[in-house]
Amino acid sequence: MEPLTWTGAVGAFLNPIFAIVVGLFVIALIAQLVLGFFAPAVTLQANPDGTLAGRGGALGATETASKYLFLAVIALILVYLIAPMILPYGMVGIVGEMSQRFLPVWIALIITFTVSIIYKRKMGLYGKLFDSTVGMIGFGIVMFWVFTAFFVGAFDWIATHDYLSQVSGLKNKTPGVAVPEGTVGDIPHYLLGGDNLARDIFSRVVSGSTFVIAIAPLATIFAFMVGITLGLPAGYYGGLLDTVLSFLANLILAFPVILLFYLLVTPEIVLTGIPSYMAAVLFVFPIIFFGVLLNSRYYTQPQKRTAILVPVLGILGWLYLSVINQKGTVINFLPEWMDLFDITILVVFVSVVFVNAPTVFRIVRGLTLDLRTRDYVAAAQTRGEGAWYIMLWEILPNARGPLIVDFCLRIGYTTILLGTLGFFGLGLSSESPDWGSTINEGRKLLLIYAHPALPPAVALLSLVLGLNLLADGLREESLKD
Amino acid sequence: MGLFILRRLGVMILTALCLTFIVFWLTNLAPNLEKLAKTQGNARMSDEAVVSWLGNRGYSQPLPVKYGQWLGVLPGYVIEGTDGETRARCTTPGQPIEEASSFCGILQGDWGFSTVFKDEVSTIVGTRLGLTGKLMLAVMLVMVPGALIIGVLAGMREGSRTDRSLSTVSIVTTATPEYVSGVILIAALATKAFIEWDTIPFKGTATAAMDDANFENFFLPVITIALYGMGYIARMTRASMTEVMTAQYIRTARLKGVSFPKIVLKHALRNALIAPFTVIMLQFPWLLNGVVIVETLFNYKGFGWVLVQAAGNNDIELLLGVSIVSVFVVLITQLISDIGYVFLNPRIRIS
Repeated sequence: MEPLTWTGAVGAFLNPIFAIVVGLFVIALIAQLVLGFFAPAVTLQANPDGTLAGRGGALGATETASKYLFLAVIALILVYLIAPMILPYGMVGIVGEMSQRFLPVWIALIITFTVSIIYKRKMGLYGKLFDSTVGMIGFGIVMFWVFTAFFVGAFDWIATHDYLSQVSGLKNKTPGVAVPEGTVGDIPHYLLGGDNLARDIFSRVVSGSTFVIAIAPLATIFAFMVGITLGLPAGYYGGLLDTVLSFLANLILAFPVILLFYLLVTPEIVLTGIPSYMAAVLFVFPIIFFGVLLNSRYYTQPQKRTAILVPVLGILGWLYLSVINQKGTVINFLPEWMDLFDITILVVFVSVVFVNAPTVFRIVRGLTLDLRTRDYVAAAQTRGEGAWYIMLWEILPNARGPLIVDFCLRIGYTTILLGTLGFFGLGLSSESPDWGSTINEGRKLLLIYAHPALPPAVALLSLVLGLNLLADGLREESLKD
Repeated sequence: MGLFILRRLGVMILTALCLTFIVFWLTNLAPNLEKLAKTQGNARMSDEAVVSWLGNRGYSQPLPVKYGQWLGVLPGYVIEGTDGETRARCTTPGQPIEEASSFCGILQGDWGFSTVFKDEVSTIVGTRLGLTGKLMLAVMLVMVPGALIIGVLAGMREGSRTDRSLSTVSIVTTATPEYVSGVILIAALATKAFIEWDTIPFKGTATAAMDDANFENFFLPVITIALYGMGYIARMTRASMTEVMTAQYIRTARLKGVSFPKIVLKHALRNALIAPFTVIMLQFPWLLNGVVIVETLFNYKGFGWVLVQAAGNNDIELLLGVSIVSVFVVLITQLISDIGYVFLNPRIRIS
């Protein structure tokens, strides 16, 4: 097999056009930015006949030019992405084949966006997201990785080769290299080349997304449960409870994160069982949260409360026990049949939750301090509602805006933390396809072979950027009401 | 004001004590000590030999006692070992036990001995901190002015095109952790992967910058750390600037007919820079993270690199020394930021 070039046969005549259009677009953008400093602020002129006229002149011309050039760039990119679906294998090179591999993701994205935009008026804050361009772009990038992770994890679709199998002769080979005859895989090329153990980088990156998309939001949810369950009473009651909890939170926050990771995420610490005990403490908070949440709502109707509370707490308790219970650690008392899953990276999970929880605590506490002086809280107190009812059913729903925005940002931050752990080779096996570990593998030979480290770096950057843009869009939209 | 500083200092010392105790406890856990005995003594030690090795060197004392000795508030141990040799915590090699001082700990300036570098911890930490200080200074010189300019430019006309493009830039930089931007920058500027011409403009390693820092070998590590912090400070500056620009006194100035550049420079800027000051000070702990990552990536053997080496090689005394310094850097910057905020903000200072 011939090795693939970046854009293949189609690229041969499309690339020059693309380069010219992009060049013109950049020139127009720069001209526009420079002119923008000197030109007067945007004004609309009302003509005598009652119509409005936009600003003309040089700035207006560059604005129009950059708009059309931008559309042309987008159209050309779409050609690169769509053409390989129709043309035979390899005609659009590596770019085309990657786009082809992501076909299920494209379809899922198109469906999601169409449905969401049609029904956006009926879907509250989520629907409003589709009014902001920034929010839509962010949502698009995030969903791209979510769908990728889902299709790789559930159906094994996008990856081209097994992310662990090594093929001799492909060590550190550049993108588009052809694999030897008879290699197991969906296509006869390594799209993004081979890493220093001759594994397919493309497959490793898309498999790594499963790890990040599975762990980061879950760890963030746990951190939020801990932060909310402790932050609400700290802000609501104040006093000694607040002082002690705030001191503890500041204590953890004053720890440089990397030092904490190096102290917590080592095989020796795992031996002592500290992560297991920490998990046992941290993971109990969701149970407390849901228990109190439901109890404070339904305690006036004891029968209904028991009917709801018993199954919820039963299921959560079982999940809790099987999460903390692990073979080979200090907490290992559950019989085999009850232990639902074994989390091998419990220590990573625990330390990420542990680092995130104090910040969430501080945010929730601050919001509660602000909201507890509101009239609806006073009204609830006059009605004789319990303290936990007021905290969880009056204050918490009203604090949801900032919390949702922070949730998105925090998933991004958790992704960065997971990457940091991988980068230092802490807690994760070096075979793990997660992006941090892959960057760490790639950086060792970075000055000689740059290609193995770049794809996971770009993937991580795009996911975090998407989450940040999404948070920005959400913040903008939630401030509008 | 005095009372405020005193209270903050008290909380800070309490925090420092708690944090150092946690670090001390985590580094002195049984498996770590066993590993230490096996690396220092004999890799094939039996369990009893490990116990006696640790006992002879004072490691089997209760944790609070060990912590007190390490801190220098309890007299150092003098133990007659099972092998007949008497060891004391405070002796230097070759010194008879009777002459050794009874207290030796952090407070007395005795930071211990590094098993990896075979040197005094205080010397190692001192020299490495100097190297990292050089890096940090360069980062600050790039990051702070850059971030403030971006933030002020973006914030002076909210919603303008400049604002939108600069805000996007700052979002992108906050979304790029150092290990990502570092890898991308090295690949793009220090290897032949994307560069067509013969000479490569930058070096992908900063080892040479330890003695002789120049643009070629120091630019990439500096810009890598600066970029991540820059976006955050710029966003804070922007937020504070937009808030100031809607204030009454700005409107008054505009109505008086003061020109726009003059309003920005004379009336808005000073008030807009109070909030970013706090943020810049609070960035120090984050910079510490960045320093560890970048020093590892660029092989610049400063403080962050020592942290990785100490933690990776189970060098307990060195790790403790490094932890103390980093915890104090964090706490002192918090204190400065609190006090500075009060000083800068007349509304708080007067009430």
